[in-house]
Formats: sequence, C-alpha cells, structure tokens
Amino acid sequence: MITGSRLLVSGISRPILTVTQLTGLVRTSVEAEFSDVWVEGEVSNLRAPRSGHLYCTLKDESSQIRAVLFRSSAIRLWFTLQEGMHVVARGRLTVYEPRGEYQIVMEIVEPRGIGALQLAFEQLKERLGREGLFDPVRKKPLPSFPRSVGVVTSLSGAAIRDILAVLHRRWPILHIVIVPVQVQGEGAGDQIARALQCLNEEGQVEVIIVGRGGGSLEDLWSFNEEVVVRAVAGSRIPIVAAVGHETDVTLTDFAADVRAPTPSVAAEIVVPVLAQVVERLGNLSRRMGQVTARHCLSEYRRWASGHRGLLQFRFRIQKEAQRMDQLTNRFNDGILTHLSKERIRLREDDRLLIRLSPVAAVKRGLAMMHQVVKRLRRQMHVGTLQRRQQMREAMARLNALSPLSVLERGYSVLSLSDGTVVKRTQDTKSGDEMTARLADGRLHCLIKRVIPDASV
Amino acid sequence: MGGVKFEQAMARLEAIVGELEKGDLPLDESLKIFEEGVRLSKNCLKILDEAERKVEVLIKDQNGKKRLHAFTHDSNNEGHEEPPSQMSLEE
Repeated sequence: MITGSRLLVSGISRPILTVTQLTGLVRTSVEAEFSDVWVEGEVSNLRAPRSGHLYCTLKDESSQIRAVLFRSSAIRLWFTLQEGMHVVARGRLTVYEPRGEYQIVMEIVEPRGIGALQLAFEQLKERLGREGLFDPVRKKPLPSFPRSVGVVTSLSGAAIRDILAVLHRRWPILHIVIVPVQVQGEGAGDQIARALQCLNEEGQVEVIIVGRGGGSLEDLWSFNEEVVVRAVAGSRIPIVAAVGHETDVTLTDFAADVRAPTPSVAAEIVVPVLAQVVERLGNLSRRMGQVTARHCLSEYRRWASGHRGLLQFRFRIQKEAQRMDQLTNRFNDGILTHLSKERIRLREDDRLLIRLSPVAAVKRGLAMMHQVVKRLRRQMHVGTLQRRQQMREAMARLNALSPLSVLERGYSVLSLSDGTVVKRTQDTKSGDEMTARLADGRLHCLIKRVIPDASV
Repeated sequence: MGGVKFEQAMARLEAIVGELEKGDLPLDESLKIFEEGVRLSKNCLKILDEAERKVEVLIKDQNGKKRLHAFTHDSNNEGHEEPPSQMSLEE
C-alpha cells in the first residue's frame, strides 16, 4: 500500500511517505478505530453555511474536536442547535484530508442536561414570545357575569367533572357548551386548536376554559404545540387555561388571557358566586334606599328648619304688626288727644284772635264810618239846601251888582279885539276897532279920533 | 349578550350608589338616579331569575357539520376517540 520512494537518512534506510500517504494512513486508522462513538461536549464556533451542513467545535474544559452535521442529518434534528449548547453526539471520526484535521461526523445530536421536550418547549416559547403571542397587552379581560361558557377538554377526564361541578355550584344559571377533545397523544393538539376556532366561529360563549388534569410533561405536551398556542392567542373570546397542576406550565398557559393553576380554579375564576351577586345586588339596593331616604330626611329637615324659621319670621312679623298696631293706636290716641287739646287751644286762640283781630276793628271802623258817612251825607244835604238858599240870595245880590244891570242903565263896556277892556283913552289909537257891549247886544266900532281930557 | 347587559347594569348600579353616597347631588337629581338604580336592580334580578342552566356538547359529525347535544352523563361514553387508558388524569 505504501509506495513511496526510499531515502537514506542518517545511514538508515527507511520508507518515506508523502503527506497524502500519511494522511490516508491516519484516516484509515482513525475511521477503523472510531467508527461509532458517543461524545459529549459544548457546541462552539457554530457555522451554518448555505449548503445546509452544520459545522462546529465540540469542546470541554481542556480539549476540543471539530464536528460536522451533514445536511441529511441536520434536517432530522428536532431542535435548533445553538452555540453554547451542551450536547451528546453520536457519529464516526474521520479525517478531512485537505486540512489534515480530524473531525467527528455527527449522525445524532441530543441536547444534554435538559430533556428534549423541555428544550423544544423553551425554544418554541422563545420563538412565539418574540412574535408577541404572550404579550400582556394581548390579554383580554374576562366577563364579570358570563351567561355562557365554552369548555374545551376531554369528556373522560376529571377536569370536566371538576369544572362542571364548580360552575354549577357557583353560577347555576350558566349555559355551558362543552367541546370534547382529545387532550393528549397524536392529533390532540389539532383537535384542541379546532375546538377553539369552532367556538370562536359560533360566537355563542363569552369565555372559554381550555385544559386538562395533571400529567407528565409528555402528557401535557399537546398544550405546548404551536397550533394550540396560536389558536389560544388568536381567540377573540377570552380564554382561561388550566393545564395540569399548579407546577405544570405549558405554552397554552402563557398564551391564554388568564392562567388557572387547576381546572377547578379556572371555573372559579370564570364565574362569580350567584348567591354573592344576589347579595351584592341586595346590598346595593339597600344602600341606595338608605342613602336616598337619608337624603330625603335631611332635605326635609332642612326644609322644616327653613319653614320653622319662616313661621317664626311670620310670628315675628305678626308680633311686629301687632306692635305696630298698638303703636299706631297709641300714636293715634296720642295724636288725637294732643290734637283735641290743640284744637281746644286753637279754638280758644281763635276766639282770642277773633277778639284781637284787626278785622273786627276794621269792621267796627267801617260801621262807624258808615254812620259817619251817613251823618255826613245828611249833614251835607242839609248844608247844600242852606247853601243853595244862600246862593240864591247871593246871586240876587250879585245880580244887583252885575255890570249887566249897569248896562241896563245905559252904560257900555268897550273892549279891544283881544278882549282888553278899554278904561283909558291911551289904551287906544285911532283906527283901532273896538267892541262895545250894550245890554241887549254889541256894537263893532272904529275909532276915528282919540281925544284925551286935557286935564289929565 | 345578556351577560354584558348585566355587567353594565351592575356597573351603573355601583356608580349610582357611589354617587348617592357621595351626597353632593341635589335631591331631585338623587331621586332621579335612585329611580334608575331601582329599575336597574330589578332588571338585574330579572336577568338572574330568567337565566336557565343548560349544558350542551358541541361536536362535529362526519360531514363536518357542528351539532349541539344536551350533555348527559353517558356523553362520557359517546364513542369518543380517546381511550381512557391514554389518560393520565389525576383523580
């Protein structure tokens, strides 16, 4: 098999191998010796090129070995190989001749430490969690007083009996729609998911309980199936999950709106206690009545006190009115007495005044005057008569003395045109006109010549 | 849904009682919501009274049509494809 040339080194003749020859020898030897080995180690330097083969290094505290998982084996892997993962691998050793490196070609890889299901659980949880299926914001509130509840579980388990018993005890007026499903084994997950969808399509129930009694991780596995988790998260109707016991945790629990530790508790969460609700209702009514009655009473009291005040006010007003009346009376009386006194006094004053009044004096004066005037008039009349007689006598005497009577006796009176009586010759000159008054008329005369008496 | 109606009625009733107990409403307002409360409370009782208990089983038949059965105890043995031996329920 070894066909290399021979060379003398240090005088000793030895066969000389090429690298390929040696590597080939090593490979043959390694493959023969380690055709089926189990190795345990931590995955590092994980690379997944497009080819689909997986390359990594398995290592422990002090050593490492290159490892490859060819595509044909990699696709059969039920979990995702990850950096740092502790695995047990079964395979054969070989030598990669171009690099002269030995490696293990892995055929089976199993996670070490946690169980396989547990790992799948963790990985699915992480993946769906990243999608937001478990987000608290997705959680829907449960109805407080459901009229109808859907129950998705097996008809043959203890869970359905517990659930029904609690529902009946607490809220006996409930319409319950049971959707029987297989809760473990092949196809159970699909059935559960379909049941949830079915209830959502029907839209009849207000809340859904989904779950089963306790069991091993394998028994509860259906509730970790992606199809179930998605159906739970996608339900329009709020879902209470009750899978297994308190310590059992499934992805359905995470996706549900409420997680109940057991099916019985799920039923308790879903419905209130009818008796308590009725009591609460009664309580509310009672409180409402009491408080309203109290309010009415206090309002009445307020009114009454106001009314009383009003009454008192009215009394006071009446009292005041009475006092007013009395006062008025007294006032009137007072005024009247005062007035009458005054009147009497006035009357006296009046009399006094009348007595003292100038009017009286005037009247008296007037009366006196009247008499005086009358007397005067009488006296005047008498006087007039006497005077007339005297006048007549005087007239006669006068008549006797009148120039007219002189004229009667042949005398005349000369007067100039201006009425001047001509007494002396020098009062005239020749040519003047004169009037000569005679007893029975006048003579218009022209003076021809003025002849004064020489003696004068 | 009656449940929703009941829930709303209860919530309203609670609110009314709270409002009345706070006591800052004038009497006529109080009496008005008091009447509403009485009405709600009666309605709630009526809803509770009239609700009936019913248990049904929803299953799909061979044609995929959904059917509702009244639930009886022998529903347990209604040929469900789940063999009891597979169950590991804790009793």
